[in-house]
Amino acid sequence: MAYATLAEDLKELHHPKSWVGKYIWSQDHKYIAVQYMMTAVAIGVVALVLSDLMRLQIGFPGSVGFITPEAYYQMITMHGMIMVIYLLTALLLGGFGNFLIPLMLGARDMVFPFVNMLSYWVYLLSVLILVASFFVPGGPTGAGWTLYPPQAILPGTPGRDWGIILMLASLAVFIVAFTMGGLNYVTTVLQARTRGMTLMRMPLSVWGIFVATILALLAFPALFVASIMMMLDRVLGTSFFMPALVSQGQLLGYNGGSPILFQHLFWFFGHPEVYIVALPAFGIVSDLIATHARKNIFGYRMMVWAIVIIGGLSFLVWAHHMYVSGMNPYFGFFFATSTLIIAVPTAIKVYNWVLTLWKGNIHFTVPMLFAIAFIFTFINGGLTGLFLGNVSVDVPLSGTYFVVAHFHMVMGVSPILVIFGAIYHWYPKITGRMWNETLGKIHFWFTFLGTYLIYFPMHYLGLLGMPRRYYEYGHTAFIPDTAHYLNAFITTVALIVGAAQLIFFYNMITSYFYGPKAGGNPWRATTLEWQTPTTPAPHGNWGPNLPVVYRWAYDYSVPGAPEDFIPQNVPAFGTSRNHKT
Amino acid sequence: MTDHAATDPGTQSQGLKSLVADWSTDQEAFKRVHWGKAMMWIFLLSDTFIFSCFLTSYMTVRSSTTLPWPDTSEVFALTIAGHKIPMILIAIMTFVLISSSGTMALAVNYGYRRDRRTTALLMGATALFGVTFVSMQAFEWTKLILEGVRPWGNPWGAPQFGSCFFMITGFHGMHVSIGVIYLTTIAIKVFRGDFERKGNYEVVEIAGLYWHFVDLVWVFIFAFFYLW
Repeated sequence: MAYATLAEDLKELHHPKSWVGKYIWSQDHKYIAVQYMMTAVAIGVVALVLSDLMRLQIGFPGSVGFITPEAYYQMITMHGMIMVIYLLTALLLGGFGNFLIPLMLGARDMVFPFVNMLSYWVYLLSVLILVASFFVPGGPTGAGWTLYPPQAILPGTPGRDWGIILMLASLAVFIVAFTMGGLNYVTTVLQARTRGMTLMRMPLSVWGIFVATILALLAFPALFVASIMMMLDRVLGTSFFMPALVSQGQLLGYNGGSPILFQHLFWFFGHPEVYIVALPAFGIVSDLIATHARKNIFGYRMMVWAIVIIGGLSFLVWAHHMYVSGMNPYFGFFFATSTLIIAVPTAIKVYNWVLTLWKGNIHFTVPMLFAIAFIFTFINGGLTGLFLGNVSVDVPLSGTYFVVAHFHMVMGVSPILVIFGAIYHWYPKITGRMWNETLGKIHFWFTFLGTYLIYFPMHYLGLLGMPRRYYEYGHTAFIPDTAHYLNAFITTVALIVGAAQLIFFYNMITSYFYGPKAGGNPWRATTLEWQTPTTPAPHGNWGPNLPVVYRWAYDYSVPGAPEDFIPQNVPAFGTSRNHKT
Repeated sequence: MTDHAATDPGTQSQGLKSLVADWSTDQEAFKRVHWGKAMMWIFLLSDTFIFSCFLTSYMTVRSSTTLPWPDTSEVFALTIAGHKIPMILIAIMTFVLISSSGTMALAVNYGYRRDRRTTALLMGATALFGVTFVSMQAFEWTKLILEGVRPWGNPWGAPQFGSCFFMITGFHGMHVSIGVIYLTTIAIKVFRGDFERKGNYEVVEIAGLYWHFVDLVWVFIFAFFYLW
């Protein structure tokens, strides 16, 4: 039996005839990517508005009438969950994963386009279930984004009646959706690369997305199981996570469950989740820096291995989120050690980004600005991570704004900056048009400086001992007046940054209709997605013949080459960086 | 890959070298492996984590609960002809499921020989074994429910016994039921000759992978839930 690889096989694609088939029930990875991106950004805007409302309550207590304590906790919960899962995970893996993997690898599509399409529609369903919880009696759950039992399902917690059920259902549905997409991403990377595309010639964006997807496929099961078990506790009255307890004067029917089991399951998912978001961002930012500094990425092999090692280690550190949970103190010793070890490959990556910039021909384009901004925020958030990884430092700081500052710097702002950079970078390929540079730069400075002004002072508030999760601080002796002024300042900046995002939306929407034609390769980049025969790329991406890859993804400023970049599909002519593949 | 084999045949690092060679080439990391098969393996790896989480959680609540755990050899005993035989139903269920793995393996073999009729029949037999298994599970559930076992409590001790039992066997039974539908669909397609155009019967093997996995999971459930 003749065996053909998928890349040679020209597997038949499903070419729809109707408009609906082409744009709505599309099986084209590029349309699915855009659908994912639009949905994720739409639900992300909801979370952004929620965060501004919370900041209004903290900065100017009581200024907004409808923010009751219950509403405040509901906002915290929904903001956290939406941002981490429905925005960041969906946008980086569902959006950029879908768009970049086949294009960067020279494939015509994902290996299983139909399931890829289902992945988006099931994701949309999970988002709708989540949004529905805003409209049910009692509103969405206010259990905090970590949904810790027993309080998450006890009477008295906001959204206990319907909100928590919808939240758990939505998570389970999301995981099903992600699995369908994730299987496609991993299998496409492994089995459907074009001729010449070895694993060690893949752009780092693909490496980051690939390893992050493997993490997600292995970490989401823990959340899935935790959701199902908590759902049974809430709906059927089982006692997986619920010990015997008295609530509001009544002895509840629960008996003998283990609340800390939920924390273990949640963080076995939750810590890899940090890297599910961070690794694609690491990969994408490497490509942005190399392209816009016109220089090969420094230490490509080290970058790849760092991604793989970070991915592996991320499964061994989860309990550093649980130092204050009452688990056995000996665990803290192990998990603090493994946590600090992660700093080594991460630091390798940071040094390599900086060394790539070193003596590069740096173009301060908008994507490059966002990439450099990412390095700034990521180093900041990473260093405070070293503080918090130590048990003795974490215990006093864990309940304060220091933690809020840390995780917003490292997994909130940093990936968001990369996402903005990536959207600006690939927008010309997605739409065929270029955005307005001035508006992009204005948007950048508002966002970068603004987020720094929001989160940097929070470190100080945390060291002062200002507790997080509080609805209102009042006038307590240990919180000085200056802390209240600082909170008002942070809130003001947060509102400005939130409003500044309108510039981004205005820029993206008007450029789609009126922007100048971008051309196929506006950044003069080497990777395959810029070498498509037409822009935007057609269904099937490559016309009659698949591209053939002859070199790695980072041949920038090669001495002796006619231009300062050599695309991956240009045959060898004696000039290449010394990269053995 | 082949030139490595030519240079140093028979050395111990042979396998490692060809592994490295496969992973450092283009197009495919698993040479001559259908993408569907790779995808199924990756899915099963992910599903392994789901069942591992279920079983680990079960062990955790079993040690955290304050009431005694019911004696499984008592609970899962059937009285047949006046004798109380522990685990008899579970033993038969296990036997049925493992037999179904045998018929499935035969089906894969006949599939590659392009013997459509036998393949479809063997897959049908596998699905029938699956249906038998699920039916016996339904019987077991009915019996326990009639004896008063509920997800939130039971007459003999720790309420987590019923919760874990219904959750874990339910989730596994759902996998078997999905497998029955999956196998039946593929069997019909094989019988109709849908795969004759390309002569590629890897779909049978891919379905078989799923089925063997569901069997393997049952072995762990059997060991950890029923025998412990």
